[in-house]
Amino acid sequence: MTDTPVPHEVPADQVAEGPPIQLPPSISDVEPVLSVRTPIRLEYDFIPSAAAQQYLRAYASKRILGNRSPVDGAVFVPPRGVDPRNGVVADEMVDLVDTGHVGSFCITHLPIPGRKDLPVPYVSAWIHLDGADIGFLGLVAGCAAADVRIGMRVRAVWKPDAELGATAENVLHWEPTGQPDVPIDEAGNRAWALKQSAAGGGEDA
Amino acid sequence: MREVAVVSSAIYQVEALTFTTDVQLMVPLINEARSAVGLTQADIGFTCSGSSDFLAGQGFSFVQTLDAVGAFPPISESHVEMDGAFALYEAWVKLQVGEVDTALVYSYGKSSPGSRRDVLAVQLDPYTVAPLWPDAHAVAALQARLLLESGAVSAEGLAEIAVRSQHHAVGNPNALRASAGATVAGVLSEPVVADPLRASDIAAESDGGCVVVLAAGDRARSLCERPAWIRGIDHRIDAHGLGVRDLTRSPSAALAAQMAGAGQDRLDLAELHGPTTSQEHILATELGLGADTVVNPSGGALAADTLMAAGLVRIAEAARRISSGGADRALAHATSGPCLQQNLVCVMEGE
Repeated sequence: MTDTPVPHEVPADQVAEGPPIQLPPSISDVEPVLSVRTPIRLEYDFIPSAAAQQYLRAYASKRILGNRSPVDGAVFVPPRGVDPRNGVVADEMVDLVDTGHVGSFCITHLPIPGRKDLPVPYVSAWIHLDGADIGFLGLVAGCAAADVRIGMRVRAVWKPDAELGATAENVLHWEPTGQPDVPIDEAGNRAWALKQSAAGGGEDA
Repeated sequence: MREVAVVSSAIYQVEALTFTTDVQLMVPLINEARSAVGLTQADIGFTCSGSSDFLAGQGFSFVQTLDAVGAFPPISESHVEMDGAFALYEAWVKLQVGEVDTALVYSYGKSSPGSRRDVLAVQLDPYTVAPLWPDAHAVAALQARLLLESGAVSAEGLAEIAVRSQHHAVGNPNALRASAGATVAGVLSEPVVADPLRASDIAAESDGGCVVVLAAGDRARSLCERPAWIRGIDHRIDAHGLGVRDLTRSPSAALAAQMAGAGQDRLDLAELHGPTTSQEHILATELGLGADTVVNPSGGALAADTLMAAGLVRIAEAARRISSGGADRALAHATSGPCLQQNLVCVMEGE
């Protein structure tokens, strides 16, 4: 340790601002430059991976695909072609249903500028599809925001068929099915933990 | 200083990885380098990577690429927005501290989705140079012009560097530009791309990645029959502003070589990260390479230049030649920034 104070310990009234900047006389009356425009524009031709392309094409016909891990059979959605826990290729595609439950959720009261189609409050949620081992993000609607809860069973509300496409926007939102809730101890990532312990204590380091 | 060695490596470079994500590129490469020495991620003490969000076109892209490592249970990990050679330097420091005995280093670059010449412009001074939007070839050509006008090298001399690279690259599966029949006259007859630089003076752009496994002391000896021991490694930097430097020189490269002990003994080979023939000439001079040192036996960065990985590839290429018994002492060099601004020199030896 030294006696030199670290910056955040210096009281604000002791922080020196330094001497005023003295410009050379030749430019002393020139208008100061306050900003610089840098016209560099970078463009990218982004091509989705094979897994993302399969997923998006299937999504356009109201199918939801996932990848199954070759290590322990865990199903990931959307598919990314790898099991990120094990760093191995996971290219087996699995068809998933469009029903599941809310694993966790968030109620937002601030509007997103430009999104007039999204009145506040709106509910974003981790949707845990039946048969998938991780959640993916979606909106929950069709009920009051205050009624959304962890474990609530939901189904996809798709766009009209004519508006479907290879985009992430085909599911307008997820609505309650009215079926009994998934018990909170088995909802969301808890389901994953239960499955791991049932399989024998989970991963070894 | 703790003994640290390169014990394994994997390299993959192609012209363009069109349908392959960074993750899909790195899964087989990382597994190849680890399994070559019988390691899994659980055996790796520290993981460090190098890549650029400007190439990926998205922020924190390296976090996604960790999917390729298998980062569960959670790992000790770091990242540099630089060439993987500088990630290797960080891993080497970590190994010097002594808390870990093994490290996984990787880097990758996929510049084909964008314009590399323009991406590189954003590393220039943001107030006085970048607004002019000079592309990377033009900046390198300014340096090459100064070099030619200084009399330090002739146009024929630069063409000889290009020809040697193309000859050496024959048989290198990771080289894009290789030709046993390349000639000085042939190179000099090429149209200029950025006067005075011709196509063969400028590195062949590639997409790809590189992985290196480091290990310390007896752990390295147990993993590898002939580890490539890092006897010296140093990283120096020149001023960022192009106007304040003598662009025909690279004092930081010379100092890094001196601090890494490059000149203390004979060097069998040197793998130089020179993105143009003019820069390779400057490097060979500053590093004090003698006539008995084979320069770029792999073809060097001119044969295939994967942005963010070309420096790490140099270390891997040099280490392989030591481990195979083809060389006893080798120098590997990596650069970053415009006109050889930053330079790293790594000196390796066999036992």
